[in-house]
This record gives sequence, C-alpha cells and structure tokens, in this order.
Amino acid sequence: MRVGRFELFAGRSLLVAMMAFTILPFFSIFLTALAPSNTLPRGFAYLKDPQWGNFLEAFKQAHMPELITSSTFLVLAIVPAALIISTLAGFGIGLLRISGANKLLLLFIFGMTIPFPGIIIPIYILERAVHLYNTRFALVLPLIALYMPFAVFWMRAHFVNMPGEITDAARVDGATTWALFWQIHVPLARAPITSLGILMSIWTWNHLLLALVLVEDPLKRTMAGALGAFQGHYANNVPLLCAGTLLILLPTLILFVLFQRQIITALLQGAVKG
Amino acid sequence: MMTPNDYPAAFTTSRRIYRNKRVLRETLVGWLFVLPALLMYATFVLVPILLTIHYSLYRWNGVGPMTWVGMQNYVSVFQIPNLIGTISNAFWLVVWFSFIPVSLGLIVASVMHRVGTGRFGAIAQTVVFLPQVIALVAAGIIWGWLLALPGLVNQILRLVGLGAISRAWLGDFNWALPSVGVIGIWVLLGFCTVLLSTAMTKIDPAFYESARLDGANWLQEFIAITLPLLRYEIGVCLTVTVVNALAAFDIVYVATAGGPGNATAVPGLQIYILAFTQRSVGLASALAVILMVLVILVILPIQRLNREAAL
Repeated sequence: MRVGRFELFAGRSLLVAMMAFTILPFFSIFLTALAPSNTLPRGFAYLKDPQWGNFLEAFKQAHMPELITSSTFLVLAIVPAALIISTLAGFGIGLLRISGANKLLLLFIFGMTIPFPGIIIPIYILERAVHLYNTRFALVLPLIALYMPFAVFWMRAHFVNMPGEITDAARVDGATTWALFWQIHVPLARAPITSLGILMSIWTWNHLLLALVLVEDPLKRTMAGALGAFQGHYANNVPLLCAGTLLILLPTLILFVLFQRQIITALLQGAVKG
Repeated sequence: MMTPNDYPAAFTTSRRIYRNKRVLRETLVGWLFVLPALLMYATFVLVPILLTIHYSLYRWNGVGPMTWVGMQNYVSVFQIPNLIGTISNAFWLVVWFSFIPVSLGLIVASVMHRVGTGRFGAIAQTVVFLPQVIALVAAGIIWGWLLALPGLVNQILRLVGLGAISRAWLGDFNWALPSVGVIGIWVLLGFCTVLLSTAMTKIDPAFYESARLDGANWLQEFIAITLPLLRYEIGVCLTVTVVNALAAFDIVYVATAGGPGNATAVPGLQIYILAFTQRSVGLASALAVILMVLVILVILPIQRLNREAAL
C-alpha cells in the first residue's frame, strides 16, 4: 500500500499522541512517587531531590514480602488446577465430541456473560456455610470456577481444530482414551496451555471483587485486593501510594514485557473466538 | 440351533449391541473428562445464579430468618432513585467504555494499518495494549491522582490556558461520571485498536486497490470496505467493552466509591454495598438478577450481528 508523505507524518503523529496518552499516567505517578513523603506534589514537576527511599518505605509499609508470598500461593493453587480441569474438559468436548458436546459448550459460553457482582452473594454465603470463608483457600475454588467458561472454551477451540488423523492413528495402535489424551494431545497443546496459564496468572494477580468479599485480611488477598486496602490507609500520603502502586504493578509489567506477543495474541484470540 | 439364514441377522444384532456398548462406554469416558470442570462451574457459577434469583424473592439480612416478599424487591429497585440511578449510570458508562473506544479504535486502527509498519508499528501496538494487563485497581488509583486538583490533567489544562475549568474531576457531581468514563477509555482503547488493526491486516489489499482505481478516497474506502468486512470484529469489541461497562466494579470502587453522592454508583458497586455493608441481601440479589438479565439483553443483538457476519 502506498502512503503519501503527509499522511505518514499525520498518521504517525496520531499514533505517537495515543502512545503518550497511554504512557503519561505511568510517568506522572512515577515522578509523584519520588516526591518527599507526606507532601502533596504537583502532577508533573522537576524533582531536585528524588526520594528513591519511598519505594523502600512502601515496600515495608505494604508488607510486600507477605503480599508476594500470598499472591504467589494463590497463583500456584489456582492456575495449574484450572489448567488441568479445563484441558480435560476441552478435550472431552472438542476432540471426543461426546453426545451433548454442543449443549455443554453453550452452557460454558453462557458463563462468559455472567458479571461477577451478580453471583458474589451466594458464593459468600456458601463459603460461610462450609467454613471456607477467610481461609487460604477462600479464593481458590471460586476463582478456578469463574475461569472455567473462558478456559474450557479456549482449550476446546484448540482440540476441535486438531486433525482427526492423529487421533485415528493412535486408535489403530490401540491407545486408550487416556493415553490418547496424556501422551499425544497434551504435548501437542503446549502452546495454548501456556497462553492460558499466563492469562489466568495475570487475572488472579489482578482480581479484586472476590478478594474483597471473601478474605478479611488484606495480606491474604490478591495483589489487587491488597492495593485496594493500601489505598484506604495512605489516601493522604500520595507519594507513598504511588510508590506502592508501582511496586504492585511491576510483576505484571515484567510478565507483559517478557511475553508481550503471547499475551496480546492470547487476549485477542480469546476475545475473537468468544 | 441356528440355521444359516438366521446367522447374519443374529450377527448384525450382536454387532449393533457391541457397537452401542462401545459408544456408550466412550460417551461415559468422555463425560468423565468434562466432569471436574462442570462440577466446579456448576457449584460456583450456575448454582449461585439460581440462589441469587431465590434470594431476590425474600427480605433477608443474610443470617436471620428469610421473609417471602415476592416481587417486592424488584419493585423497590425500580422505585428507589439511588438504585434505578445505578442502571442509568451503567448505560452512560456503555457510551464511555464501549461506543467511544470502539469508534476511536476504528479510526486509530485504520491509521495504524496504513502507517504503523515495521518496528514503529510493533512498538505502538505493545504500548497502547499496556493498560489491558495492569490491575483495574491500579488504573483507578493512577487516574484518581491524575484527575485530582493538583494532578496532571489540571496541570495540562492550566498550561494551555484552560485553568478556569480545572477542578477535582472525580469530586464534581457533573463531571465525575465522564471522568470515570475517561479511565475506561484509557483501559479499553488500546485493546480495541490492536484487535481491529490486526483484523484489518487480514483484509485482501486487492479490495482497496480496486476501490482506489475507482477513485475512492479514505473515507469512502473506510465506509464501503473496512466497516463491512470488520463487522465480526467490531461485534467482538462491542461485546467485550459492553460487558466491561455494565459489570464495572474495580475502577469505580477505587476511584470514586460511587460518589460524589451517587453520581458514579454502578450496579456492581451497589450490589456490594447493599449486601455487605447494609445487609439487604434480598434487595442486592434483585439488583444482581436485573444486572445479569441486562447484560444478556444488551449482548444478544450484538451476537446476531456476529452471526450474520460469519455467514
């Protein structure tokens, strides 16, 4: 496609403006985080004396080591389990094509339209009844379940597109259904499983509502849940709040930079297939 | 004793039984694969939907006895201005979270498609996608500070001589909801842009070439080629953003907590407040049911757009 000089200039200017709109907020809170603690700095100001110590202070005040431990525990408890059961289900629906597969698929797709606030009350009451409420596992089971519609849908989309010859060849060799799944199709599904795992890790790290409702102690919540509490405590100390926010963002930002292609593709494909 | 003539019939029957047995066994095994996911999904999503509907028919504080009130809670939602107000706020957010990001996204995407080639384009895509991966809570905190009185937004306004309109945006009754909307644009615009521009790269360039031979300009190309061929992806963008708007919770909870007054209260937040601070579980559940129905009612027509596009 031939593009004129003027158009190239105007178009790229628009894109640069949009990148600035995306990035400026991060710069602004970064500069604010370096202002003297307990002051009310201006949004964008030259700093004579950047207070790098604010990050250390926020690290301590937010109990960052405990937070990282608790969020990492949640990711490790949720993501592998969710990957296993959604891969199993995706295989059953997409590859074995059991009778009723289409209805099952529709049932899971229906779940993708359910807003979390809509079902939070029974989940809370249920957890109180079975004494899961406010425990380490309070978030584990419901979050696994809430990921199921997307995760099953995602894995099914992979399995349904696998060529039938692979399955037929394995069957001729006398493979059981389990061997077909575990020895042949799981290794072939490594890419979609990895993408799904990255997505669910980020979602867990960033999840707020369930953490807020089901866990009283902010230190046992997800990163986002802790950030919500941190905001309440430090509403008047803007530099420290900004420093804490940046610290909490850092792991997801690193993950994004490392896996940007995979994450973008996964989020786009997830949406388009949905 | 079997005569030779009976033999084939008996044989096929036994084969049919054998095959039915095998099919049955395979179906059973297949269902075993689906069962764990289905059980989790049923316990923590499907059953809670039914329970929410059940609770919505009672007056209940969550622990004491439940009093049957029939449809009274639904009537209350539509009569109490603060509750019905959350629904109209949700629809306003659809404009900010959905219509604006999708329309702007279309424009930026078509620009990106034309001039965003090579390294520059790849960097632009990554940068504008960034807000998608950070916690919405963090987006709320960041923008809470940017939109505050001494924040960046007012600073820029003063710089360009518009200091007169500077204000604490999230604390202003008229401007709080649009300000929350701007946060939504920041979060969702990049997603829509990258999704749409990726889709545009799949359009056959021959369409554009022949249009240009016929003397079509950029706008005519956009309306006659880009829009119709991207119908499916536009539907996807609308679906994702509309669900984000109607089910909004995180951003509002952190940035305004529904205030000032109820200017930015949305159903998700109001359900949380009603159920967990005011202990009106029945009323909260009625609002929750209305929210779930609303999402489906808004999304279904968009899906029809998708299906027509797929044909």
